[in-house]
Amino acid sequence: MAILVYIENIAGAFKKSGYEAVSYAKTIGDATGQPVTALSIGKVDATSLENIGRYGVKKVIAVNTEQLHQFVNQAYAAVIAEVAKSIQATTIVLSNSFSGKGLAPRIAAKLDAALADGAITLPTITGEAWEIKKSAFSGKAIATQELTAPIKVIALTPNTVEAVEAPTAIEVEPFEPQIAATDLTSVIQDIVQATDKIPLPEANIVVSAGRGLKGPENWGIIEELADVLGAATACSKPVSDAGWRPHEEHVGQTGLAVSPNLYIAIGISGAIQHLAGVSSSKTIVVINNDPEAPFFKVADYGIVGDAFDVIPKLIDAFKAYKNH
Amino acid sequence: MKILVCISNVPDTTSKITFTDNNTAFNTTGIQYIINPYDEIALARAVELAGNGQGTITVIHVGDVSAEPTIRKALAIGADNAIRIDAPPRDAWFVAHQIASYAKAQDFDLILTGRESIDYNGSLVQGYIAELLGIPSISIAKKLDINGTNATVEREIEGGKEVIQVPLPAVVGTAEGVAEPKIPNMRGIMGARSKPLDVIAAIDIPALSHITHFDTPSPRGNVKLVDKDDVAQLVELLHSEAKVI
Ligand SMILES: Cc1cc2nc3c(=O)[nH]c(=O)nc-3n(C[C@H](O)[C@H](O)[C@H](O)COP(=O)(O)OP(=O)(O)OC[C@H]3O[C@@H](n4cnc5c(N)ncnc54)[C@H](O)[C@@H]3O)c2cc1C
Ligand SMILES: Nc1ncnc2c1ncn2[C@@H]1O[C@H](COP(=O)(O)O)[C@@H](O)[C@H]1O
Repeated sequence: MAILVYIENIAGAFKKSGYEAVSYAKTIGDATGQPVTALSIGKVDATSLENIGRYGVKKVIAVNTEQLHQFVNQAYAAVIAEVAKSIQATTIVLSNSFSGKGLAPRIAAKLDAALADGAITLPTITGEAWEIKKSAFSGKAIATQELTAPIKVIALTPNTVEAVEAPTAIEVEPFEPQIAATDLTSVIQDIVQATDKIPLPEANIVVSAGRGLKGPENWGIIEELADVLGAATACSKPVSDAGWRPHEEHVGQTGLAVSPNLYIAIGISGAIQHLAGVSSSKTIVVINNDPEAPFFKVADYGIVGDAFDVIPKLIDAFKAYKNH
Repeated sequence: MKILVCISNVPDTTSKITFTDNNTAFNTTGIQYIINPYDEIALARAVELAGNGQGTITVIHVGDVSAEPTIRKALAIGADNAIRIDAPPRDAWFVAHQIASYAKAQDFDLILTGRESIDYNGSLVQGYIAELLGIPSISIAKKLDINGTNATVEREIEGGKEVIQVPLPAVVGTAEGVAEPKIPNMRGIMGARSKPLDVIAAIDIPALSHITHFDTPSPRGNVKLVDKDDVAQLVELLHSEAKVI
């Protein structure tokens, strides 16, 4: 019995959600007395690999095969399953990131494993039966799932647990996987990535705006507020539908579901479909000029006022807070 | 071009979600069902790619007879025929096995699903089907084009996007951007009544997991309002009370 945690990288850099998965795996390992091995696939330098030791894992298997320098879902799933078998892992943890969502079912199918998708808690363990909670009905409910198969795959929702430092020496073991040509038929033609921006699914703070902002030309204050807070930006569906903002920023039932520590909603009415994607945020702040806006009913803090008046003041207030 | 579109039947997005039997079962009383919004996008793209005799579109649903209005709507939007696999859709693993087992003998060029269903939000069916059939899969496609025997897909990644060329057959989970949902017209609605809807029996698949119960998130306390001329107070509350900055 062992635990394997797959830690994803973007252009060689491990992601925050990857370290969260490592910490999560370590907590399960400590509770069940199982060793935890990390797995990295792709071109990652030695320093970054050793850095995983900061989160308490003593061994990392590094797959650096040239053909896997870019992410191909099918091949990565095969490698993760192969490594899991080679160390006889009965628990496989990964992040429920965009790539993770593509990998998890393929890995589970290969291993005949039960799959906890989008886990938001640690497992409650009763022998072979593990109970894990996940969000369901687009954030309107929480489902408790019981995994009964001997092998378990857990895809962890970003921002669920903190990456906790517990530094230890780490051994890096290179691994040459068997890769079938049929798993490598997809070809990546282009990657466009804004490296200076905080990815929305991983952000601790999200500044989100809706139709109340009137037009795309007014997003300067939203971006400035986000900059001051080190936040990601998001928007309501009509805003992305109108092309004021890119689709990737659309949150809600038919967009991205996010659960940051702080969600600031500006000029968003709080329609049920919008709330579905943001209601699991830890703290919600609403800024709206209509005191009757439904969003106030589910907010922790609110300001009734005109965004164009309030946001510049708020930017100044956060700057003042940062500077002292 | 032969396309299979997987359709799930989900509660309307305005539904109030409650549970019965000691919070172990979803309360379907008074719930209106719709085609999963992402599946509407998949279907719309299928109609663009294979409509008007350029190919055939089959829609497939795993579920009981109560989903037939949703299936008929898919036919009205432009699918040529429909398959219903007659069993409650226990979970994604079960559903994917049913679909893969049907698709195996059919040589579809493209299998489309939505990026996720808005009820159980798994994003799983697509990857499971692909793995069971041993073909490539793309989750969360924002764009989908076909060039001969390949699909060119734009996939969402954290903070950006990736363009991938995938040989067909492949399974693609569609999200916003792939197509605009289509509203059925009168001709489509009339025509849908006579299009074939075949019902087939499910295969037996052992369960690996199940949902034991549901909780509804605890309501937040009352909102604390801060005066618009004293925004510094909000900063203070976020720091010392909510402890989020
Ligand atoms: C099937 C379906 C799926 C959907 N999925 C989603 C989804 O995933 N995400 C989503 O967001 N929506 C979704 N919607 C749409 C949703 O129902 C709402 O229409 C949408 O969320 C409203 O966006 P909004 O709040 O930006 O705009 P509006 O409802 O127009 O609200 C604008 C708000 O701005 C306020 N305002 C105006 N001027 C100012 C000002 N100067 N200062 C401050 N406040 C101001 C107004 O008081 C108002 O409350 C979906 C709808 C359907 C039918
Ligand atoms: N019962 C079902 N019948 C057919 N297709 C389904 C069913 N459930 C889910 N799907 C498909 O799988 C996609 C993803 O669902 P899920 O993995 O449950 O999030 C949906 O968008 C549908 O295309």
